Amino acid sequence: MELSGAEITIRCLQEEGVEFVFGYPGGAVLHIYDALFQQEKVKHILVRHEQAAVHAADGYARCSDKVGVVLVTSGPGITNAVTGIATAYMDSIPMVVISGQVPTHAIGEDAFQEVDSVGITRPCVKHNFLVKDVKDIAPTIKKAFYLAKSGRPGPVLVDIPKDISNQKCGFSYPESISIRAYHPQGEGDIEQVRKAAELLLEARRPMVYAGGGVVLSDSAAQLTELVRLTGFPCTNTLMGLGGYPSTDRQFVGMPGMHGTYEANMAMQHCDVLIAIGARFDDRVVGNVEHFAQNPRKIIHIDIDPSSIAKRVKVDVPIVGDLKLVLGQLLDVLRRSGRKTCDISDWWKQIGEWREFGGELRYRNSDEIIKPQFVIETLYKVTGGDAYVTSDVGQHQMWAAQYYKFNQPRRWINSGGLGTMGFGLPAAMGVQFMHPDATVACVTGEGSIQMNIQELSTCRQYRLPIKVLSLNNRYLGMVRQWQQFFHGNRFSESYMDALPDFVKLAEAYGHVGMLIEKPSDVEPAIREAFARKNDLVFMDFRTDPAENVYPMVPGGKGLSEVVLSEDL
Amino acid sequence: MRHIISLLMENEAGALSRVAGLFSARGYNIESLTVAPTEEATLSRMTIVTSGSDAVIEQITKQLNKLIDVVSVMDLSEGEHIERELMLVKTRAEGDAREELKRMTDIFRGRILDVSDHTYTIELTGSGTKLDSFLDAIGRDLILETVRTGASGIGRGNRMLKL
Repeated sequence: MELSGAEITIRCLQEEGVEFVFGYPGGAVLHIYDALFQQEKVKHILVRHEQAAVHAADGYARCSDKVGVVLVTSGPGITNAVTGIATAYMDSIPMVVISGQVPTHAIGEDAFQEVDSVGITRPCVKHNFLVKDVKDIAPTIKKAFYLAKSGRPGPVLVDIPKDISNQKCGFSYPESISIRAYHPQGEGDIEQVRKAAELLLEARRPMVYAGGGVVLSDSAAQLTELVRLTGFPCTNTLMGLGGYPSTDRQFVGMPGMHGTYEANMAMQHCDVLIAIGARFDDRVVGNVEHFAQNPRKIIHIDIDPSSIAKRVKVDVPIVGDLKLVLGQLLDVLRRSGRKTCDISDWWKQIGEWREFGGELRYRNSDEIIKPQFVIETLYKVTGGDAYVTSDVGQHQMWAAQYYKFNQPRRWINSGGLGTMGFGLPAAMGVQFMHPDATVACVTGEGSIQMNIQELSTCRQYRLPIKVLSLNNRYLGMVRQWQQFFHGNRFSESYMDALPDFVKLAEAYGHVGMLIEKPSDVEPAIREAFARKNDLVFMDFRTDPAENVYPMVPGGKGLSEVVLSEDL
Repeated sequence: MRHIISLLMENEAGALSRVAGLFSARGYNIESLTVAPTEEATLSRMTIVTSGSDAVIEQITKQLNKLIDVVSVMDLSEGEHIERELMLVKTRAEGDAREELKRMTDIFRGRILDVSDHTYTIELTGSGTKLDSFLDAIGRDLILETVRTGASGIGRGNRMLKL
């Protein structure tokens, strides 16, 4: 029996076990939407803007081990999706985006809603395809899923012209697919693993630096085993939070621009640094020349060879799947029968840094709500068990600092691209994946307005997300940088004419709460989270002058940190 | 330092723009780029002349290898290799210059492909520096037009770029 290209597309999604497709219909995908209508296995989630469809699929993928799936139309459909695709690309999130395209005969004629989707997405996808023959749809979608989730994951785009989705051919879904130029590495080179083990066994001032790769490859258990076995201090990057339990004694906090003093000092002064699924990016190591001033041996494990030696020189590179490589490393360490060196002096030093840096602290107030206090209370009320999504800015850093993540895939944020507007749609994806879980979206009055229309989607699907908006009437992170580096000239960072968020939430059919006093914070959060079936929008009026500390200013070294206003 | 990188890639629409896009997106330098299908019809071979520090060249080869359409990559300048470039030059050729140009072309082992009453079109093959020397030798004021293919390269002996 012959099926249309549209029917084949949906059958492929069924074969891949896809439960949800996040999307928005339009002219070029009408055949596909028609095929979607005539089946029940794949559920479509109708968002209010294509960017949100991509973030929702992204959130869905980040909190599970699944591939997020998006369906959008040609032209503005795909251009709206680009920010979401770039967000997923920067954080290596497995995703398949299917876009409609104008009919093949119209391509290149500046047809209505035509854009070169493959060209426009090329720099921000792992790979993309333009399907020119209906017979190619099934193998192309098979390849897309395989590419999206294998190796270093990432978004893959499949662009299907309207006439192709209407033509017919026989259907069989390929069981397996091979791509001759694509062979992601499995285990690491055992000689390299042995060299790494030797360095770790000899280390006097060791440091474990683990990133988002640990979360993506589901190797938190192996990382935890390694840290416990060696007794070494461990730091998790913004993307890696939850990879190692944040409340554990061996955890020294997040490194980088807004990392803890002890994590940054330990990164700077260690003699052996083992980087696991992390990429030494500018927000983590700051100034690379300054970082290189202190001699240390670096072991770097990553699935992507191009991540290794990109910004810093590496002594022992190991390319491979983290889960397998960490397994090899644990095996070599155990079989060696040797113990790691006595590093009590190193721990003593870290303890001193911890004391000097004062861990993370802020001065609470009875008068005005401190944003950090809101996050601490959120942590307390949810028992550390919520899925927390965030937008981008000061609130993101406070959430990363003050919510203690003890499990991977609980902290969902746009780390690489830093996309404002990510938080709410990502929370939708998380709630679809985990319908009974507590999902909190930490945001600000700036970010939330970049995708606020999704409150309507949340209403349609009755998603009981808890939105905590830290409303300081400023684009806080911009204001902070203007205060530090631009002579207090707050150029366009003040937000006037904000909406009444309580009424706005109510207008969308949700519950809104305005919280203005510190003493109301905890009761409000308790009340909100007790409303199991409602989306509650909490508008916290927070201190507009509060800054994120510690801070390593851009271009500075890790030890050149500003700890607080007072120091 | 100057490097000459050879790569095999899928002979598919868009493969070239993936490579060119990678260079512009990451700020890598391209001095020249040549591409054509190989004896195996599904593959194209590209030669890229670029320059950069060792760290940059390492990143370039890694990033190229990461492209799904790129089948294999080799930095030819890491070992013994041959490179050739083809140039066509149209010159003014009048009076005494006609004889002089013919002589220079012979010395550089070039060929005159087309003659008109006041121009020559000369074909020359060699390394980039040889082509530059020829242009210097005939004198820039005689040159009406030049076209160069950019370098094509291949390893010596057993150095081969294969599937």
